[in-house]
Amino acid sequence: MPVSDDFQKAQRFREAALPYLDDVYTLARYLLRDASDAEDAVQECYLRALKHFDSYRGPAMKPWLFAILRNVCNAEYARRAHSHAAIEDTPGAADQTPIWQEGDASPETEVLRSRDAGAIRKMIDALAEPFKETFVLREINNLSYREIAEAVGAPVGTVMSRLARARAMLRAAWMAEEEHSK
Amino acid sequence: MTCDEAKILLHALLDNELDAGHAREVEAHIATCPTCKAEFAAQQEMKRVLADASLRYSAPATLRARIEASMPQARPQPSRRSVLRGFAMGSAVSALAASGVVAVVLRQDDQQRILSEVVSAHLRSLQAGHLIDVVSTDQHTVKPWFNGKLDVAPPVIDLTAQGFTLVGGRLDYIDARAIGAVVYKRRQHIINLFVSQTASTEHRPPKTQTMQGFNCRRWGERGLNFWAVSDIGNDELAEFVDKFEVAMKANVEG
Ligand SMILES: [Zn+2]
Repeated sequence: MPVSDDFQKAQRFREAALPYLDDVYTLARYLLRDASDAEDAVQECYLRALKHFDSYRGPAMKPWLFAILRNVCNAEYARRAHSHAAIEDTPGAADQTPIWQEGDASPETEVLRSRDAGAIRKMIDALAEPFKETFVLREINNLSYREIAEAVGAPVGTVMSRLARARAMLRAAWMAEEEHSK
Repeated sequence: MTCDEAKILLHALLDNELDAGHAREVEAHIATCPTCKAEFAAQQEMKRVLADASLRYSAPATLRARIEASMPQARPQPSRRSVLRGFAMGSAVSALAASGVVAVVLRQDDQQRILSEVVSAHLRSLQAGHLIDVVSTDQHTVKPWFNGKLDVAPPVIDLTAQGFTLVGGRLDYIDARAIGAVVYKRRQHIINLFVSQTASTEHRPPKTQTMQGFNCRRWGERGLNFWAVSDIGNDELAEFVDKFEVAMKANVEG
């Protein structure tokens, strides 16, 4: 009976995908920077994921959900018509920018002061794409480089250079703010 | 190894992503290059500070409920409208019989609404900080806590020896009325046992329904309505209710 098949599929999907709801929601919050847009995107992500659950072959559920969420968020970016905020699938000019410009300017002895989570979230929010998503996937969602590559559809080498650049930018922003607040 | 390479690879070292051979190469470079050494130390420091901050978000319970509601349900109930429409097509039925059917349909609808409220209350309780008002594994602490908060305190029965650990109690609201919830744990799964007073003293045998992926077993006994809700399987929930009923009977008679 189709109804019960559907239900069993949904039940399997629930058990496999719902434990990652906080992870997916976290990524959506950082990508969209808006709580209610993030909720809509996550719901759409789970709807699409359930629809395509038959073709899901693994191995890992988290990167698969993230890949779907990314597509949903890109559609949202397009809707907002902020083309500069869209996540590029191919390495753009930004990827080729040397990463060490900011780093060298900072005194090596300086130690970062702890910040409250709100201030750090703001600094992460301000990172440009595609660096922000790479950073969030690694540092907050705890994906391996290979899983990030899977989720964003880029080679591992690209993931590594994006991550290095994201961290350099974040550290520069951090130092600048500390300088500012002195 | 050049500094350009090291500036990228030191992150992979930091993230434990390098094989032993490459890790040694990067470490060797860092050991001899002050610039990369400083960069590594700075990034290590930042990673440490970030790890201490809570940067994750928790999905709101309403979002979870929205997603659950959008998924196929176990036993789709015929809606009131569709039952009435089906009914209207049968022509040789008296108005009296019709009103009787409507009453039956409405009553089921009402139960369905209360079931959905019970499941919502269960979902709400799973949010951080919402599960338990009185935390105790001791029934003699949980039971008196309800006194004065409700007209009738719910029976609080320790089932730890039977494999269901009592973890506490909570005041909740179902059908716009305050109601007691006794909270149990089975492995990592939460069971909410909602108890409300009812005018009917007849025994209603337990019946399980599924909604939004949760199993709900409800029954009536000694003027009380019970709903046990959890994401554990049907069998386990039935086992819980059986053990609870046996223990309650023993309590009353003993
Ligand atoms: Zn170097």
